[in-house]
Amino acid sequence: MYTFSNRLKIGSIILMAVGLLGIIGGFVMAPGTVDEAKAMVASHDGGHGESVDTHAAVAEHGDGHDAAHDEHLLHQLQNKPWAALYVAAFFFMMIALGVLAFYAIQRAAQAGWSPLLFRVMEGITAYLVPGGIIVFVILLLSVLHMNHLFVWMDPEVVAHDELLQGKSGYLNPTFFLIRAAVFLGGWIAYREYSRKLSLQQDESSDNSKFVLNFRISAAFLVFYLISESIMSWDWIMSVDPHWFSTLFGWYIFASMFVSGITVIAMVTIYLKSKGLLPDVNDSHIHDLAKFMFGISIFWTYLWFSQFMLIWYSDIPEEVTYYVTRIEDYKLPFFGMIAMNFVFPLLLLMNSDFKRVNWFVVLAGIVILAGHYLDIFNAIMPATVGDQWYIGLSEISSVLFFAGLFIFWVFRALATAPLQPKRNPFIEESRHFHY
Amino acid sequence: MASKVIQAFYNDDDVLMHAVKKVKAAKHHIEEVYCPFPVHGLDKAMGLAPTRIAITSFLYGCVGLTVAVVMMNFIMIEDWPQDIGGKPSFSYLENMPAFVPIMFELTVFFAAHLMVITFYLRSRLWPFKKAENPDVRTTDDHFLMEIEIHDNEQELKDLLADTGAVEINISEKNSH
Repeated sequence: MYTFSNRLKIGSIILMAVGLLGIIGGFVMAPGTVDEAKAMVASHDGGHGESVDTHAAVAEHGDGHDAAHDEHLLHQLQNKPWAALYVAAFFFMMIALGVLAFYAIQRAAQAGWSPLLFRVMEGITAYLVPGGIIVFVILLLSVLHMNHLFVWMDPEVVAHDELLQGKSGYLNPTFFLIRAAVFLGGWIAYREYSRKLSLQQDESSDNSKFVLNFRISAAFLVFYLISESIMSWDWIMSVDPHWFSTLFGWYIFASMFVSGITVIAMVTIYLKSKGLLPDVNDSHIHDLAKFMFGISIFWTYLWFSQFMLIWYSDIPEEVTYYVTRIEDYKLPFFGMIAMNFVFPLLLLMNSDFKRVNWFVVLAGIVILAGHYLDIFNAIMPATVGDQWYIGLSEISSVLFFAGLFIFWVFRALATAPLQPKRNPFIEESRHFHY
Repeated sequence: MASKVIQAFYNDDDVLMHAVKKVKAAKHHIEEVYCPFPVHGLDKAMGLAPTRIAITSFLYGCVGLTVAVVMMNFIMIEDWPQDIGGKPSFSYLENMPAFVPIMFELTVFFAAHLMVITFYLRSRLWPFKKAENPDVRTTDDHFLMEIEIHDNEQELKDLLADTGAVEINISEKNSH
């Protein structure tokens, strides 16, 4: 039985407190008027100088256009703390959701190697409840026009945009919130029910709970694949409502899957370092690291498939997505490829390295940072444009949600024994050997 | 040079694994084990050096990647620049994304094929090669452990009989 150590508890609470202060600071410092926004950008440009050229070019279009540009700038800067909050909230929710998918696959496949890790996975998926609700609240606030993350929610914009009018049967605030509620409700319901069955199986005298868990996991995977795909269109792709990509659902899935598996490996290694999970051996870590390696490559495959088709066909309505990113987000956009592909590829290729725990943790930290950047690159260009930087709002949001995540996950881990007693595959898992 | 070897037959891979560990524990050198199918962990139990085929595979992959880069540069940029989909190929770097699938495929192709060929060469296997296994039953349902005899025939016989061998033979062998 794991007890939530005081050091970790205090650490996570400090993270949350510091993060919360920073988030509030970010909102307070966001400009309230056009003049403030211009002043902020002017002082910022002083340090760099390169974007002065673009402003000079814009000024030539005349004063009317210039005023519209300034208004736009104000909206971007006002969006920034919201977008930072949303990226971090989504990122940590996505980790829990990725673990839930991995867990359901292990259940549905009746995998023999992983039952020893089930309690770790269940602990991480516990975060889906607060994490999902927070994301839902942010989406609700968007619908209530507290921010401008989703331009299609603005009736003014839709009134002047025929494409958005055509999509309004699907992209309208009511249906959007209904979908979000159904998806989150479904995921959380499966998580809670499967966890309950998993705990009941420990006290059970037959395998009926295990079999039932197997059945609902298989059914959940069908629901998950559809809902995850639609969720990725709704919550991420729709910030660029004119743009679309048919494999976007898969792409976000790969991101959440690899982040989730990485966190399973990191939490397992942490618990092992505390002398818990004595039956988890190097082969289990090795298998998780293989998944980290494999899904990192799978993510790259999807990223590149999406990129190359759009780059090659060069259709204006599609290619703008990448033009914005390559022009304004060069460092995070290409840095993400290095962190999510090159780094894990070289670090985790060697079979022996996958068994060195600190090595797996090191690779995991880079992978997690890389996939944060992935979500950052997906949300930021449409919401803050070229006004992005990783500043107070971004770092504080990550700190806050990291603290909440650690707090919630380890509190959940402490509520049940870390090793399932009566899972029919537990013996196989204990003897799992590569 | 002809040498005398003792051959012990087993009909179960678990029994074989225990026998191998027992023989190793008694500090005898196991010449070879013939199996109808790969036995997991046998190489470690026999004390064989870890395989280096993964390193060759990595190097072959690097060769494949290089070949793809050089080849596409020659074909599409230098020798006969082509305009496909409105992309005039006068710069390798600007057209690189189009060549990534080829880089990937050739990396895998070189790594896989050359690794298999290396494995065959290293194992001294080639078409029409006469089989080296001393008994045809090792291709069906028997496992055979072969140990060289150095004036300790009786000792080995006793040891192997003890490990659950179903049959023990002594034979002359021409070393290659």
